[in-house]
Amino acid sequence: MLNVGKIEEGFVLDHIKAGKSLSLYDHLGLDKLDCTVAIIKNARSNKMGKKDILKVECDINMLDLDVLAYIDHNITVNVIKDGEIVDKKDLVLPQQIKNVIHCHNPRCITSIEQELPHIFYLADPAKEVYRCKYCEEKYTERSKNYK
Amino acid sequence: MRHLMSPLDFTPQELDRLFDLANDIEHNKKKYAHACDGKILATCFYEPSTRTRLSFESAMTRLGGSVIGFSDAGSSSASKGESVSDTIRVISCYADICAMRHPKEGAPMVAMERSLIPVINAGDGGHQHPTQTLTDLLTIRSLKGSLGGFTIGLCGDLKFGRTVHSLIHALVRYEDIRFLFISPEELKVPDYITEMLKNKDIPYEEVTSLEDVMPRLDLLYMTRVQKERFFNEEDYIRLKDFYILDTAKMELAKPDMLVLHPLPRVNEISVEVDSDPRAAYFKQAQYGVYVRMALILTLLELA
Repeated sequence: MLNVGKIEEGFVLDHIKAGKSLSLYDHLGLDKLDCTVAIIKNARSNKMGKKDILKVECDINMLDLDVLAYIDHNITVNVIKDGEIVDKKDLVLPQQIKNVIHCHNPRCITSIEQELPHIFYLADPAKEVYRCKYCEEKYTERSKNYK
Repeated sequence: MRHLMSPLDFTPQELDRLFDLANDIEHNKKKYAHACDGKILATCFYEPSTRTRLSFESAMTRLGGSVIGFSDAGSSSASKGESVSDTIRVISCYADICAMRHPKEGAPMVAMERSLIPVINAGDGGHQHPTQTLTDLLTIRSLKGSLGGFTIGLCGDLKFGRTVHSLIHALVRYEDIRFLFISPEELKVPDYITEMLKNKDIPYEEVTSLEDVMPRLDLLYMTRVQKERFFNEEDYIRLKDFYILDTAKMELAKPDMLVLHPLPRVNEISVEVDSDPRAAYFKQAQYGVYVRMALILTLLELA
């Protein structure tokens, strides 16, 4: 099995659905950060069979936990300090997300008003349904982006 | 500062106070004839709607105030590409209160976020039309005596009909209301509304036949299939005459059932129904002015 060394300070995202680490890498904007990132794909997992893992050496505050929770709240976030896990962050679906997804309703004001943020609110936590703040259109492509 | 984006912006208690004020205006018009002296209402209508605009203008004029505004996007700076955010910032300098209609859903909310004066949503696309809802609620309360304890049938375009969406949202806050949604398959009520009714455990049925449910209704809310909501002319032509209320159907209804309609109608209610005492849609238009007068006074904190 491939071994990737410990990180000193940063975070480890565990239990990512197999094959989805690159998608998370994009969503979290890790390409814009000047830090060490290890992407581990298809690692063996007792719980999931196969899983992906992301190891990132940077300040935990640089991670947008809301975006992460929106994408997949089953991911485990381990905070690392001095090479040890010092905290595990619980991900809960954010009440509101801004500029992560876009409203596709052609009748929505966001389709014509320049520089208006795309804001979605959590309409149904049980079904994980998000709706546009302005037109209340349901966002339906979440599952397509991340499955 | 308060605005009106959705009928839910006011609690049922606040709505009761608003409707009490509207009924007081109805019976004591002179008392309110100068209540808005020196105040200006801006009617920013980005799509044509003579009825709603004139109702607002009538309301402000009857209160002694003045009105400025535009009645379609072509005659406003929107045709030069100005954003709603910028327009409302400017309008805030010219008027004391603004009523905005816009074809895009959520536009009045954008205005509200940037405005220095109260903004009233006068209809945004197929989304909300709260002042029509206040009109409907005041009409029901005034003619039925209370809001609650009835079966209401909503008929016609339930998909794009914003008056219907707003009315449902408002009525779910009252006790013992049952909904019957009468529409063709293509114009069914959106899923976010049925989801909300399920979550609140409020009884509803979706049917296609108006005749079958007529005897069960205490209120029938008819709507027009609106051409401007369709991208496809063929679909509009196929669906526009799906329901026509006539005297034969009215014979199936309870003797005290009321027929409401936000107007304008095209042919979904035959003119022969107008003389039926249960036809309440013209009274509804009159209540629309009283409720807008009450709303202007409330938002300007003059009540």
